Amino acid sequence: MSETGTQRGESAGVWTRLRNSGAVSGVAAAGALIVLFAVLSVVAPSFLTVDNLFNLASQTSVKAVMAVGVTMVIITGGIDLSVGSVAALSGVVGVLLMAEHGLNPLLGILGGLAVGATAGLVNGLLVSRVGLPPFIATLGMLSVARGVVLILTGAVAVFGAPDSFRLLGQGVLGPVPIPVLVIVLVAVVGHLVLTRTRLGRYAYVLGSNPEAARLSGVAVARHTTSVYVLSGVFAGLGGMIAASRINSGQPNFGEGLELDVIAAVVIGGASLFGGRGTVFGSLIGAFLVAVIRNGAVQLGIGTFYQNVLIGVIIWVAVWWDRYRRGKFGARG
Amino acid sequence: MVEEPARHAEPAEVPRARLLGVSKRFPGVDAVTDVSLDVFAGEVHVLAGENGAGKSTLMKILAQVDAPTSGGIEIDGVPVVHRGPAHARRLGVSMVHQEFALAPDLTVAENLFLGHEPGRLGWIRRRVERARARRLLRRVGLDVRETRTVRTLSTAQQQRVEIAKALAVDTGLLVLDEPTASLTEQESAELFTVLRSLTATGTAVCYISHRLDEIFTIGDRVTVLRDGSVVTTRHVGELDEAALVRSMVGRDVENLYPRVFREPGPVRLRVRGLERAEAVRGVDLSVRAGEILGLAGLIGAGRTELARAVFGAEPATAGRLTLDGRDLRVRSPREAMAAGIGYLTEDRKGDGLALQLGVDVNITLGAPPTRGGLIDLRAERDEAEHYRDRLGIRTPRVNSPVRLLSGGNQQKVVLARVLRAGAGVLFVDEPGRGMDVAAKSEMFRQLDELASEGRAIVLISSYLPELMNMCDRVLVLRAGRVAGELDRAEFSERRLVALATGAGGGDE
Repeated sequence: MSETGTQRGESAGVWTRLRNSGAVSGVAAAGALIVLFAVLSVVAPSFLTVDNLFNLASQTSVKAVMAVGVTMVIITGGIDLSVGSVAALSGVVGVLLMAEHGLNPLLGILGGLAVGATAGLVNGLLVSRVGLPPFIATLGMLSVARGVVLILTGAVAVFGAPDSFRLLGQGVLGPVPIPVLVIVLVAVVGHLVLTRTRLGRYAYVLGSNPEAARLSGVAVARHTTSVYVLSGVFAGLGGMIAASRINSGQPNFGEGLELDVIAAVVIGGASLFGGRGTVFGSLIGAFLVAVIRNGAVQLGIGTFYQNVLIGVIIWVAVWWDRYRRGKFGARG
Repeated sequence: MVEEPARHAEPAEVPRARLLGVSKRFPGVDAVTDVSLDVFAGEVHVLAGENGAGKSTLMKILAQVDAPTSGGIEIDGVPVVHRGPAHARRLGVSMVHQEFALAPDLTVAENLFLGHEPGRLGWIRRRVERARARRLLRRVGLDVRETRTVRTLSTAQQQRVEIAKALAVDTGLLVLDEPTASLTEQESAELFTVLRSLTATGTAVCYISHRLDEIFTIGDRVTVLRDGSVVTTRHVGELDEAALVRSMVGRDVENLYPRVFREPGPVRLRVRGLERAEAVRGVDLSVRAGEILGLAGLIGAGRTELARAVFGAEPATAGRLTLDGRDLRVRSPREAMAAGIGYLTEDRKGDGLALQLGVDVNITLGAPPTRGGLIDLRAERDEAEHYRDRLGIRTPRVNSPVRLLSGGNQQKVVLARVLRAGAGVLFVDEPGRGMDVAAKSEMFRQLDELASEGRAIVLISSYLPELMNMCDRVLVLRAGRVAGELDRAEFSERRLVALATGAGGGDE
């Protein structure tokens, strides 16, 4: 059996690996994306215009960037509910640093990322050192970060960043919008972190069996914290892109955004039980969510119906995850 | 393929269960291929074979846990359509898995009748339930109150509850999957008595095992599986150990315990006054370079807790460690590993493996090879293939999820990781559990080799022949304390058992 098993494995192995990494869900989501694209471009002629597609890609960039961070957290078996609030906090603080303290845009953006990192650090420490469940730790941060934004701004949007700051969200390099380049960069970095670094490897192990990780000498607390810090950084980057696109720091930006981001990650094949997920899948998931929302607008379907639709898609995605586990996880 | 009738069977007797050309395919693995098998009332039919031979898969098909890919089942001569384990139980086929399916916070009685409580209209007649529970417990020789919470029972007792639970539904065929894997010798002997009493009343027992001694003790007939196919079905009396091993492995295994005894070197690890909560109460031990020190004792004697305390998994509450003459503080497994202490966990699924991740990832878990800060996937693959070949890990591919492997092969993956870590002092906790003959022999050869390199090894085992053949010395624990120590020259099963149980001293 070992002979034939190995040979047959050559083809089966790729499939197995893809399926287990969650990439198949990603492929399914990509297929759905393509179909949706085709349908929308026929039904709504305004969908397939350069303007709308750029608009779509740029809109997606905020969610896509944030989804990469949340993917890592979900792979560890955790969750990050705070990314929407943290993005708002980062955007506001970044704009304030530029407007009131005269930082140049690059430093302002880094300032925003630092805010995200700090929020992520608090999340990570609450989970790994204090022992709060991730749901509670980040639910608290959702509220704390939003509260801090409102305190800082008095619930009024902040303006006054230099014009060059707009480049991040609105600029183009040749024909390509800069936010799209940011997505590519973040995707490459995120993919490398997950597949080729110890942090990424340990994220999968922590999501699969934290006790095995501990007994194998993995510094569980440190790596768990790092994953939340990364999620905070990506949330911060998302917030800065958004701030750049609307050229201001909006205190109420990103309310409910965490649901779209988590939906994107889950649709992309990550398992809420941990141990599974890919950057590729999550990006596809983010685009799918964005296309549904954008396409719905083109078709004149209101936000309320969009929310219903996205909710249903989340159900289906998670059902598929459970079904897959039941079907392929029988032997254990 | 259909063989001579069983010892107890009338020639024309209808078998209690019959498997007809059963095959089962998992993604990437042919687990079972065209197996036919009869099990008669009143016999203990042993399924023997190496890890991954397909024993558990076959029995899961019989108990309708898994559906066969092709082939069929007959129960009492009637063909059966696959409808799931509940259906199998209604037909009188119950399986006790290696992992128990008990609700730990419910009482024994509640567990026994879970899903078919006596009573009507949703009301449970608790008095009846308890009375029936007492009867069942007597049948399986378990002397605990039916009102005890299952969580408070030992592993052996929980297993007996599982058997009683199977009997609660008029079981004609009881399937046991390596039931002695987590039992001590004495508990195993008691289990055999219970099984004998069941077969005497006409129950058929299918018994998965690869422990040679018990196959001969408990089996009436034995079917040997290799690579998912039947090699032979024979009366146990027609076989000797060598023949059985040959049919299981497919070749001769010369020496099950390849130990070369040498003069031990200086003390590597010294433990003084080690305490861990209630489980370990002031243990002293030392182990020398090149030595294999055995830890014997009943389950719950504190052997695993001792190892885990030294390793920092549950840090000691008191005591001193000296490693190679230097004082050492260990507060976490990470610190222990950095100092050169390794631990092979007893509970491979619970805390040993990331089941959804690949064999390669699990082997390098905790310390994947890196180059320039990134994981070196090629080096990782090479290392994984090296250990796969060395330990004979049967896996479709080195990156297949560990969950697809059989229990014994999973154990080999954990062993590979521990070997790879290359600790100077190594605690191995029931390393042979679930491993087949060839793998066990190879594992013991590895342990001997590690010892010959000047490492110090502490071997925890409930299987006395392992300890007696592999160890230079054996320390016997009882209730968290050292009950005695025996040198190789003094080894005898009687002495070890006497020390472990505290019955009548350690003298012959």
